[in-house]
Amino acid sequence: MKIQVNNKETELTQGNNVASLALQLKLPEQGVAVALNNRMIPRSQWAEQEIKEGDSLVIIKAACGG
Amino acid sequence: MEKLIIAGREFDSRLFLGTGKFNSNQQMEEAILASGTEMVTVAMKRIELEDKEDDMLRHIVHPHIQLLPNTSGVRTAEEAVFAAQMAREAFGTNWLKLEIHPDPRYLLPDSTETLKATEELVKLGFVVLPYCQADPTLCKRLEEAGAATVMPLAAPIGTNKGLQTRDFLRIIIEQSNVPVVVDAGIGAPSHAAEAMEMGAAACLVNTAIAVARNPVEMAIAFKEAVIAGRRAYEAGLGIQADNLVASASSPLTSFLNE
Repeated sequence: MKIQVNNKETELTQGNNVASLALQLKLPEQGVAVALNNRMIPRSQWAEQEIKEGDSLVIIKAACGG
Repeated sequence: MEKLIIAGREFDSRLFLGTGKFNSNQQMEEAILASGTEMVTVAMKRIELEDKEDDMLRHIVHPHIQLLPNTSGVRTAEEAVFAAQMAREAFGTNWLKLEIHPDPRYLLPDSTETLKATEELVKLGFVVLPYCQADPTLCKRLEEAGAATVMPLAAPIGTNKGLQTRDFLRIIIEQSNVPVVVDAGIGAPSHAAEAMEMGAAACLVNTAIAVARNPVEMAIAFKEAVIAGRRAYEAGLGIQADNLVASASSPLTSFLNE
């Protein structure tokens, strides 16, 4: 299904939850956070949190800053 | 020297470091370690899907360092709460440098949104260190809202102009019941020393170290300045005369017959 990840159209090739997206994108074990439609999804809920066609996800990581 | 205590955590170092503008993550890590800091800021950005860059996080995670995620990039209290939740999830800490500066030219913090966000984030269990205007009234309001510190600016971010808000910082320090961290605009070790002599609890420095010809040596210089300033504050500075009339520090003995 087609979804938006950081405003970029992305094909979720397998599964239909945040955990499957994390696997596909090879997200690291720590240092990232995911929001689905502007709501932060804790890592502990990634496996249960369903993703639907057209959903928008934001994934962030650490950056240098003061 | 007295330890700095914020939200029940003790710090030996009173120098906080920002991680922006260094030439490399390696250089940043060396400067962090040389500075002796125990509090380091980290920002957030969206991942690139084909991300191959060096992960900065591994350069700043050390057992003695408290990560202080910031909310740079947000423009409202609502966005700040969202960013805070993302930060807590990504970095595993509820400590937060709250910064809301919608104007990209001067990067001055929005006081109304900062106060509103502080109130909300404290209720959500965050340890909130708000970057704020050097406004004594605002700082009291932030303290009442439950801020763990206040972090008034010395001058606009990255300007290296020193304690432009000096007189207001003095009032804030005099009135505050939470640690006052002077943030933004500190451009030289002497600026940091002066803030510490005034009774600031700590200084947050980034640009002045990161853009120095030798950031590691500059980090050491700031470390020493912060220690010297704090030591002087605790030792008690002599009173400054209000005129230029000398007061002898040696006996005025006559050596020649007059």
